Amino acid sequence: MSDYGFYLWGSYAVTFVLLFVEIIFLMKRKREAKA
Amino acid sequence: MNWFWYASPQTFYPLAGRVAPWFGGAALLLALAGLYTGFFVAPTDAQQGEVYRIIYIHVPAAWMSMFIYLVMAVWAALGLAFNTRLSGMMATALAPTGALFTFIALWTGSLWGRPTWGTYWVWDARLTSELVLLFLYFGFIALQAAIDDPRRADRAGALLAIVGAVNIPIIHYSVVWWNTLHQGASVSVTKGASMQSQMLAAMLLMALAFWMYSIAVTLVRVRCIIREREG
Repeated sequence: MSDYGFYLWGSYAVTFVLLFVEIIFLMKRKREAKA
Repeated sequence: MNWFWYASPQTFYPLAGRVAPWFGGAALLLALAGLYTGFFVAPTDAQQGEVYRIIYIHVPAAWMSMFIYLVMAVWAALGLAFNTRLSGMMATALAPTGALFTFIALWTGSLWGRPTWGTYWVWDARLTSELVLLFLYFGFIALQAAIDDPRRADRAGALLAIVGAVNIPIIHYSVVWWNTLHQGASVSVTKGASMQSQMLAAMLLMALAFWMYSIAVTLVRVRCIIREREG
């Protein structure tokens, strides 16, 4: 794991950060659409 | 149940609001089960070691990138054929999530390729056609954003989505038609799976999680679009 940690965790971290960011943007859009 | 009743944005809006949280909850539970199976149940790969566990997000993301595009193209075609408002809205709502999964597939594939192939990127048919898919999503989003009238934007986007759908079989069969560095399919409808059963279970759980996630965010986004367009 130690040799390839960057590749493995780099994949998971970017994936979940992007999904989280999509949800945040969507919640913001939802609030603006309701306003 | 009369499904045509829900073809109207006004009747679809409350239905989408009721079911979206359930799909979101299912996505979370399936992702937790998939990650647990992938990291604590599935064994270490004999050749690749631990880094192979990238496939639990890479393969489901790649599947979703193609599946969402096909669903988007079907909604777009329905919109062109029947001139239904909801169809264009659904296609519009699907595009950002499809683009996101395409980027994730490319990113994770690149990070998997470096330790296993020795390079982040090669211009082989599978990788290049997947990159073309990302540009198709960007083109669809940009085209719709460039046209002020939403109905005209829907029609223009629909044409691009339908024409671009030809890229999906090219991505799928690229590893068969051309000699690519990317390996062939590990899971086939006709031939079954060529991987260990716990690895397969983790990958399918993550694929289901991404599927449920996509439905949830698309339903929330289409509700925003309905509100923005129709008040």
